[in-house]
Amino acid sequence: MSAIQPPAVRVWWKQPLDRVEGTWIAIAFVWCLVMFFMMPYWHVYGKQNLSNEAYRTTPERYQQKTQEIVDRYTVRTETDLKVPVVHPPAGSDVYLIARLWQWWPMLELEEGKTYRLHLASMDWLHGFSLQPENINVEVHPGYEHVVTLTPTRAGTYSIICNEYCGINHHTMASRLYVVKR
Amino acid sequence: MAINRNFRTCPTTGLVFHEQADRLIRWNAVAGVVSLLVGGVLALLVTLTRWPAVHLLPADWFYLVLTAHGLDMLVFWIIFFEIAVLYFCGAVLLRCRIAAPRWAWLGFALMVIGAVTNNVAVFRGDSSVMFTSYAPMGAHPAFYLGLILFAVGALIGCFVFLGTLVVARSEGTFHGSLPLVTFGAVTACIIAIFTIASGAIILIPTFLWSIGLVSHIDSLMYRTVWWAFGHSSQQINVAAHVSIWYAIAAIVFGAKALSERVSRTAFLLYICFLQLASAHHLLADPGLTSNWKIFNTSYAMYLAVLASMVHGLTVPGAIEVAQREKGYNRGLFEWLRKAPWGNPVFSGMFISLVGFGFLGGISGVMMGTEQLNLIIHNTIYVPGHFHATVVVGTTLAFMSMTYFLIPVLFRRELMFPGLARWQPYLFGLGMSSFALFMMGAGTLGVPRRHWDITFAGNPLGYEFPGTAYLMMGIMALSGIVAVVGGIAYLLITVGSVFFGKRIGGSEFKALSVREGRASPPAPQPVAAAITGHGSIGIGGFVAPGTFTLALVFLVAFVLYYFVNWKYLSTLWPLS
Ligand code: HEM
Ligand SMILES: [Cu+2]
Ligand SMILES: [Cu+2]
Repeated sequence: MSAIQPPAVRVWWKQPLDRVEGTWIAIAFVWCLVMFFMMPYWHVYGKQNLSNEAYRTTPERYQQKTQEIVDRYTVRTETDLKVPVVHPPAGSDVYLIARLWQWWPMLELEEGKTYRLHLASMDWLHGFSLQPENINVEVHPGYEHVVTLTPTRAGTYSIICNEYCGINHHTMASRLYVVKR
Repeated sequence: MAINRNFRTCPTTGLVFHEQADRLIRWNAVAGVVSLLVGGVLALLVTLTRWPAVHLLPADWFYLVLTAHGLDMLVFWIIFFEIAVLYFCGAVLLRCRIAAPRWAWLGFALMVIGAVTNNVAVFRGDSSVMFTSYAPMGAHPAFYLGLILFAVGALIGCFVFLGTLVVARSEGTFHGSLPLVTFGAVTACIIAIFTIASGAIILIPTFLWSIGLVSHIDSLMYRTVWWAFGHSSQQINVAAHVSIWYAIAAIVFGAKALSERVSRTAFLLYICFLQLASAHHLLADPGLTSNWKIFNTSYAMYLAVLASMVHGLTVPGAIEVAQREKGYNRGLFEWLRKAPWGNPVFSGMFISLVGFGFLGGISGVMMGTEQLNLIIHNTIYVPGHFHATVVVGTTLAFMSMTYFLIPVLFRRELMFPGLARWQPYLFGLGMSSFALFMMGAGTLGVPRRHWDITFAGNPLGYEFPGTAYLMMGIMALSGIVAVVGGIAYLLITVGSVFFGKRIGGSEFKALSVREGRASPPAPQPVAAAITGHGSIGIGGFVAPGTFTLALVFLVAFVLYYFVNWKYLSTLWPLS
């Protein structure tokens, strides 16, 4: 009797476990538990956890808050589009807008300082992808996500969009500067 | 109308085919293969565009073709074939007539109309929204309508399958419990019903939104419900291809489950836990708590992963036992060395199993871990993962099954048997390498669904490291090998079905209910049937070779898991 036929005996559930199966199930189960506990463990002892802090917002409100820090902390502009580069004080709230097809403004942060980075979209979904760090976060319209982050190495980083957002998705890229104090 | 009770018996395998079931299975399989053909052409175009050195299509065509590739492959090819598998596991394995064949044809017609409508919407050019169609990005209403029609058709197919089980029971065409393979198909069917319900909950409002009757679709709500549909449908695939693995082990080796209890419980775990898994698509999203994410993505403690790890042992274990009982009992691996590696039914199934476990399974757990998702989300690692699961795993399993079905179902001899020997290797190994290098590029941050990673002409563009380009190149070359394997498959199947030499000796004859009844199994002393497998194996292990392979798998899994945590720990601190 094979697996494409009904089991030979009606009481198939009485067949004892083979040693191979029993051993493997035990090992696999322990491994599943290890993997499960790794996640809470990392919340306590690990340093890389995605924040749970988020608020509902509207494009107008979010635009206005971003405009405020742009007005206060812009240090220069870059490219033909005159994208403002914002250098906010260490430890402050920093705002980044995702919209078709631009990240706005550009940010300049200080090495070793902690910032509260706000992320929201003005229109469709976008994907915040910081390279080469490779930190990837989904950006929604209507939700303001607050991620606390600490750049540890000075340098020029890129933010690209990795959630498909229409025909010019691949043009949506920006910079993030991390400078030494 | 009188019920069609015409049956034929296959002279080589002894399987019994009901006339309507026979025709339905064939038509669904053919519709699936046609979708595979279209999706395959698109796959080549997408691959050649993502190969930086070639960069074939312009951006608008790339996004259009990628949308169509995702839909034709993941939705239409897979689900048409799955309906065929359900009817096979129901009507054929239970030697029964199919319930309500007219409904089954209606379902099939809806699926065809839906698939065509959706494709037309995409190729018109205003619905390049990817198969996920995340609101608030909108497609033409026909895009959603096509998907809804297709889903309704598939739902009818599921109920026809369940109805067939009822008919088989009431007409007594089998005794005792369902065969294991049919049981697996039932789990796939139950998951499918849940899946389609979630699909309706999200696609119907989105359709109404696209024609202006609903004013707003929340993007987070959309992603949450969409993935209850999108992820669960992947578990249909898993349940279906695991059933096929068992079926092929049974067909090629006469294998039976090591223990029915373990294998069936593992199938049940899929039903119990996998709906939660859809949450692992939302790990990088705002507005959900970590507790919610951890509970759901671990499938409430990885019990569905456990189920797959169990099947990963019991399927080859069943083959090992069957081989050892035939006398290939020496050493750890004689059973495997002496397996019919030139038979595509077996080789395809075995590559599917190994590739699904090592590449698809391990990478899936990485992405589904709350924190590790940060370094993987939306990179090309993701398509790397699912080409290992749904292409190496599901598609290749379905391909191997067709090599069995062509003689018994289509009653034609296989054409190009020499090519068929090689096809699983070309497709399976090409695809495995393709998936592996996609994952490699993803680890370096290369995004998925991206037309130009060189950011040509963009003053703010990012320059990916040279290794990323190298990996994308090798990925594309491997993809081309897989496409050649896919062409070989289409050549063999289409050729055989239309031009293969006919196999006679199995005509349909009317059979009364009484004649169709199964004869009761020969009485067997219970004690003998439930004790183990005799004196095969090593050290009390009936399948020591499989166990060794399983340990190799575990070591790879554990190492790679902690390598990823190590990588994560080098990132900027985030909280
Ligand atoms: C020879 C075979 C195949 C090749 C070479 C191939 C190649 C590709 C490539 C290059 C991508 C684009 C990845 C990106 O840019 O994000 C892709 C996407 C995809 N493929 Fe395939 N593919 C093949 C077969 C299949 C099959 C059989 C299936 C399903 C059963 C499938 C399902 C998908 C899906 C769902 C996507 C994602 C589309 C999206 O991001 O919206 N592929 N494929
Ligand atoms: Cu974007
Ligand atoms: Cu984008």
